[in-house]
Amino acid sequence: MRAVARAGADIIEVGVPFSDPLADGPVIQASSQEALEHGMTFDGALDLIAEAAVDVPVVVFTYLNPLLAAGDGALDRAARAGASGLLLTDVPVGADPPLEARIAAGPLAFVRLAAPTTPAKRMAEIAQHGSGFVYLISRLGVTGIRDDVPADLPATVERLRSAASLPICVGFGIARPEQAVAVARLADGVVVGSALVRLAGQSVDAAASFVASLRAALDTHARA
Amino acid sequence: MTIVERQDRFGAFGGRYVPETLVPALDQLAEEYDRAMADDAFRAELDSLLRTYVGRPSSLSDAPRFSEVVGAPVYLKREDLNHTGAHKINNTVGQALLARRMGKRRIIAETGAGQHGVATATVCARFGLECVVYMGEEDMRRQALNVFRMRLMGADVRPVTSGTKTLKDATSEAIRDWVTNVTDSHYIIGSVVGPAPYPRIVRDLQSIIGIEARAQMLERAGRLPATVVACVGGGSNAMGIFHAFVGDRDVEWVGVEAAGDGLDTERHSASLSRGRPGVLHGSLSYLLQDEHGQVHPAHSISAGLDYPGVGPEHSYLKQSGRARYVSVTDTQALDGFQMLSRLEGIIPALETAHAVSWVASQRGQWASDAPVLICVSGRGDKDVMQVSEILTSDASA
Repeated sequence: MRAVARAGADIIEVGVPFSDPLADGPVIQASSQEALEHGMTFDGALDLIAEAAVDVPVVVFTYLNPLLAAGDGALDRAARAGASGLLLTDVPVGADPPLEARIAAGPLAFVRLAAPTTPAKRMAEIAQHGSGFVYLISRLGVTGIRDDVPADLPATVERLRSAASLPICVGFGIARPEQAVAVARLADGVVVGSALVRLAGQSVDAAASFVASLRAALDTHARA
Repeated sequence: MTIVERQDRFGAFGGRYVPETLVPALDQLAEEYDRAMADDAFRAELDSLLRTYVGRPSSLSDAPRFSEVVGAPVYLKREDLNHTGAHKINNTVGQALLARRMGKRRIIAETGAGQHGVATATVCARFGLECVVYMGEEDMRRQALNVFRMRLMGADVRPVTSGTKTLKDATSEAIRDWVTNVTDSHYIIGSVVGPAPYPRIVRDLQSIIGIEARAQMLERAGRLPATVVACVGGGSNAMGIFHAFVGDRDVEWVGVEAAGDGLDTERHSASLSRGRPGVLHGSLSYLLQDEHGQVHPAHSISAGLDYPGVGPEHSYLKQSGRARYVSVTDTQALDGFQMLSRLEGIIPALETAHAVSWVASQRGQWASDAPVLICVSGRGDKDVMQVSEILTSDASA
């Protein structure tokens, strides 16, 4: 985490593994399984976040069941560990209003997801029930490494932009600096997951130099 | 709050815990299903297919020799006599019609024992739909014959090698496919599980089992059954036979889960007896999981019951006390399998054998004039190789 922060990440998403990550592709499935085999838990991940003590915001990304099992106070513990946001892959807006209200009233920004299939009216509801930023899923499918930017992305961002005043971060399938630059011209943030996780599995240096290459490309081209 | 609450819960259980990408498709499915059920033409076509293609109504058999052993008059609702040999096709016929109505030409399914996969491949062949079936590698080995049947009917059977390589992982993989191809594909889930509206749709499509059985009992026995017994994995045959008796408060409902090696071991599939509420595959229900919310692998001799979750309506029925949930080990299920074969000339699926075995285990407890209705959810042809291997190795041990 420290190396990625030093290499220029603005926000770090830390995944808490779940045994059945149905929104994730092969890379994050494998990393989740490996983490579980090494005994990783919700509170174990919080310990790592606290230990890393990075000076950029940290968003905890997980599925609902590990959070439920972590019990009352899980969000307060996450905030104490230094996390500032929560992203739940399997809790779409309206899925469980009492639970969503409890999370929204908690100490973490509740980052909600929008998808290419989300109608405009629902995008407004998503923005209304979220905080921090809106995570826009760039394409149909699961997380993973792709080499293109979906042709309909500009229209989807446009639709979300007119429904939401929160910043928009786009993820799913973004793995290369060119893609990041193209997405950054449309949105406020670019989320890179699987590509980074794969490199982190090789070495910290590989992950850090990859983040540095994204940072450099964004600073050179996207702010133009 | 502008979000409309649909009928998506059974008490606290159920719901729609899915990636955002799928939400509009679930909305569309719920709306289209409600419209279809209000459409006489749709219902007439479904009824006609159930009659002429599936072979409904399925028989209600009495079981004189088994009844004598058990000490109560036992009736068998014969879903094993349906086309493809199990109750699964009641659901797939209805959902294939729904898919066609929604203009979706590609069908995705998951399968454990292969019965739902076969039932899905069958209706896809019948309606000319593309069919992709996800099946755990371990289950493909256990149920090689069903893999061949699916492929024979033109389905693309894809092995799932992640996790436990069984039904749980096949379901996750089917959902991943659906998230990717949601605009042109319909996911035919095989049980009363998954996100709303699936548990309700599958229950309704399976409720024909109980509707027929109730009328057949009145005609044949002159009364309603005292107890209705069905095996529960995800729980679709059980919901299907229970549901018609919802107004009959005196009719006891018993669901039989798979206790595998035993409830006090790590190897069973008894979500209701030993699990606690959690979220898997889109709904909140009883779930086998560890203290950290990680799903615990299930085990059963029967691939169709080898699932760590259970339909949310069963969780509600357990909590409300309307249904009672019991369990039967692998060994007991094998006894039930052989018992019904020898006494009645009916080879039940290993799933069904759990229900049979539990009824037999209660001998001496039954009132001699109180009929017991068992749902024979499927036939055991698919299991004979596996059982023969087990019995042979036991005999030589």
